[in-house]
Amino acid sequence: MTFEMPNFLPVLPEMFVLGMSCLILILDLFLSERSRVVTYLLAQSTLVGAFILSLSLFNGGLELTFSNTFILDPMASVLKLFVYGAVFMVFLYSHSYLRARNMFHGEFFVLGLFGVLGMMILISAHNFITIYLGLELLSLALYAMVALQRDNRVASEAAMKYFILGAMASAMLLYGMSMLYGVTGSLDLAEISRAVEGGQINNTLLVFGMVFLIVGIGFKLGAVPFHMWVPDVYHGAPTAVTLYLSTAPKLAAFAMLMRLLVDGLGGLEAQWHDILVLLSVLSLSIGNVIAIAQSNIKRMLAYSGISHAGFLLLGVLSGSQEGYAAGMFYAIVYVIMGLAGFGMVILMSRAGFEADRLEDYKGLNERSSWFALMMLFIMFSMAGVPPFIGFWAKLTVIQAVVSADLIGLAAVAVIFSVIGAFYYLRIIKLMYFDKAETTEKFRPGSDLGAVLSANALAILLLGAYPDGLMALCRQAMGL
Amino acid sequence: MFADLPLLSLVIWVPIVGGLLVLLTGGGRSGLEAKVLALLVALLTFALSIPLYTGFDTATYQMQFVESRPWIESFAINYHVGVDGISMPLILLTTFITVVVVIAGWEVISYKPAQYMASFLIMEGLMIGVFAALDAMLFYVFWEAMLIPMFIVIGIWGGVNRVYATIKFFLYTFLGSVFMLIALLWLYFQTGSFAILDFHAASIPAVAQIWIFLAFLIAFAVKVPMWPVHTWLPDAHVQAPTGGSVILAAIMLKLGAYGFLRFSLPITPDASHSLDWLMIVLSLIAVAYIGFVALVQQDMKKLIAYSSISHMGFVTLGFFIAWVIAENNGSYVGAAMGIQGGMVQMISHGFVSGAMFLCVGVMYDRMHSREINDYGGVVHTMPRFAAMMVFFAMANAGLPGTAGFVGEFMVILSAFKANFWIAFVAATTLILGAAYTLWMVKRVIYGNVRNPKVAELKDMNGREFVVLGTLAVMVLWLGLWPAPLLEVMDATVQHLVEHIAVSKVPVGAM
Repeated sequence: MTFEMPNFLPVLPEMFVLGMSCLILILDLFLSERSRVVTYLLAQSTLVGAFILSLSLFNGGLELTFSNTFILDPMASVLKLFVYGAVFMVFLYSHSYLRARNMFHGEFFVLGLFGVLGMMILISAHNFITIYLGLELLSLALYAMVALQRDNRVASEAAMKYFILGAMASAMLLYGMSMLYGVTGSLDLAEISRAVEGGQINNTLLVFGMVFLIVGIGFKLGAVPFHMWVPDVYHGAPTAVTLYLSTAPKLAAFAMLMRLLVDGLGGLEAQWHDILVLLSVLSLSIGNVIAIAQSNIKRMLAYSGISHAGFLLLGVLSGSQEGYAAGMFYAIVYVIMGLAGFGMVILMSRAGFEADRLEDYKGLNERSSWFALMMLFIMFSMAGVPPFIGFWAKLTVIQAVVSADLIGLAAVAVIFSVIGAFYYLRIIKLMYFDKAETTEKFRPGSDLGAVLSANALAILLLGAYPDGLMALCRQAMGL
Repeated sequence: MFADLPLLSLVIWVPIVGGLLVLLTGGGRSGLEAKVLALLVALLTFALSIPLYTGFDTATYQMQFVESRPWIESFAINYHVGVDGISMPLILLTTFITVVVVIAGWEVISYKPAQYMASFLIMEGLMIGVFAALDAMLFYVFWEAMLIPMFIVIGIWGGVNRVYATIKFFLYTFLGSVFMLIALLWLYFQTGSFAILDFHAASIPAVAQIWIFLAFLIAFAVKVPMWPVHTWLPDAHVQAPTGGSVILAAIMLKLGAYGFLRFSLPITPDASHSLDWLMIVLSLIAVAYIGFVALVQQDMKKLIAYSSISHMGFVTLGFFIAWVIAENNGSYVGAAMGIQGGMVQMISHGFVSGAMFLCVGVMYDRMHSREINDYGGVVHTMPRFAAMMVFFAMANAGLPGTAGFVGEFMVILSAFKANFWIAFVAATTLILGAAYTLWMVKRVIYGNVRNPKVAELKDMNGREFVVLGTLAVMVLWLGLWPAPLLEVMDATVQHLVEHIAVSKVPVGAM
């Protein structure tokens, strides 16, 4: 066996992020508490650098390297660009939050960057081993981030829950992978795909393995019935971590879904289609209905995230390139909205006060009509009301579902989005129709306020001109 | 002079941008700047909409003032607007009523006047967008986005039970329209385009037509509203501030009826034909049964709300009676009169019901009560106002010479061509409408002053007089000389009738 020098060019961004993360990790040891901001700035410049690298590698072609374990295709490039962007926004939102809570340490940023590396590997994985590698790198960083506030009992409990359930899900995934390896004799997605389509393999074993893979994916996406961790972890984790947890990893999870089910097990579409229908209908119904009963906005957004996962699955299960593009568009839009939603929670919070009860939003219109308007944009967008971007996300997905002739499923989806509209409307009711508990004006830090305003206005402007983002997603799927 | 201006776009976007400006200026301490700016924007929009009428070519059914440019190329969605004889009068109605509403809210709204005015301006632009859109997705975006400002208006400035009413309003209409979305997407896959005119031309199998018709029906019936999905309307009307009620009654209800004309009838004529009995029955129930319901109301706004439902029953009756006429007479002669009658009824109801809600608003601002029993003998303290209110009540009851008469008469006349019993039930409105309206007027305006508060009432001020006076002129004008309105819509309605008379089921298919 001869050793061949792999093509390093496609993994340049990964190498850059890895190098910088290690550098920051070491550098942070020598920084005094007051110059900690250097860590923050370095972390942000790492993301910017990775963005530039990925952008320059983005040429619409497809490249495999490292003995076909790593793939760089348009989908990977686009998703990575949005991962950098999302994490950049997370860091922007959280630095004052962390500072106020004495959590402004290097760990948050270093773990965040390792998480980014995990997502990048997951997005570009073309082999069971690389998928697992990326997934674990991401998950370990997330477990640690949730537990960052060691003395906070809720956070520790959340971290413990997340870790145990996450480990179980990983084990399931691994079990499924080993089964598929057993029957196909390969870990490489392309070879597995060939073997499956060859039709020589015992279907029962294949489907068995596939089900375990779906458990792992469902856990990562937070789809019902693998959603139990979502509300507790979103609620317990410090809001800055929730912000991280609820956004960028969804893009990686979408990539994992695409790699495993479409690239690897495309030949079993008839089988996974039905399972995904079940997962998505359950996610839509349980997510939307239980969100109504929440009195904590982080939990409410967690359940709303579950229902959004259901919508994302709807796009993928329609089984066409249009559907995949719609799912990807939905994932990206969800990340933009999730950033703004949890960003609002961060904005409303102060040292010693987490604005995570719904009542905290009462009468916001009187305290700051600008930010009430921004929150209104976010809520209507999540509810899928035009002209906001959330509407176009739902539209593309429903379009894909209708084109696959699944009109009944489309009807279920829209009915649950009407039910879901109720709890978003309730936030608007609290902000606009109820009297504030305090008459004190709400004046957040101007930098944070600007970030949130930009994010919320992006929701409106992208809603007015959704074509660029849509075309990008379609291009990524080769349309 | 106006030929090279994108007039329709201006009429849509001037109020929206103006509304955002009003919102951003905040309106100062008293909100006066916001009100003045809002009035200027509303007047400018109205002025911009007038050339739509003066430059309108009444000889053709083709779309006019058309603008089209690509919007979302990935899905072939275009920014495509234009008007015909059906939509143009409704746009003028919208721009006119918005001016009235802005003036009507002048002194009454003291809480966050900038947000109030901005909501109405933005809503105006969105509603005009609905009437002007010729691309189904553009239509849908305007159609849904319109709910947001109305939700806010009822929720912030409404009555005691406003939260319940506004959430009910939003969810009802939202639920109705999502099914329309699925139908529009299905049509997109059939025709490869979102252009409404392409939908008109597409041939669709009969079964699919039924499903599409039902999906449209849910969306539009909720908006009109038709019995039995009307229950959101009395709640929304009662709780909404006066301006909100006026917009709801005068324009929002027309959107549903407009949807029937723009979508249901021309896209699914065969389904409309086979289900016309359903539409006629529902319309007659609205006319007669809801008329009785109106009779027993204690709350003035609720009474007018129910009377609106009853009047809108006439509109839908006029639209869907064409096939019965054709079956009985062997030709579609007279069908156009039903549709035209429905259209006239829409416009006249816009003026009359708007004026009725404003009248209730005038009294409510002074007494803070809408209960009929709290009033009595208003004529003794507010004689000028009483004269106005009696006039509008007569129009609401369909007195000849007022706008209310023309539409009702045309619809009843065409109903007689169709079937005696349909016409008979429809004509009960002449009695019922007179009964509930005049009985209310009797109890509120006439009689002795029983409530000491009524004895202290002051008559209309100049602002209220201007608002009601202009509406009275419009009502009278439309009642005495409806010809200009009929002329505008004639070619379009004739074309519509010819269009729906031809089956769209593909030859050889079921």
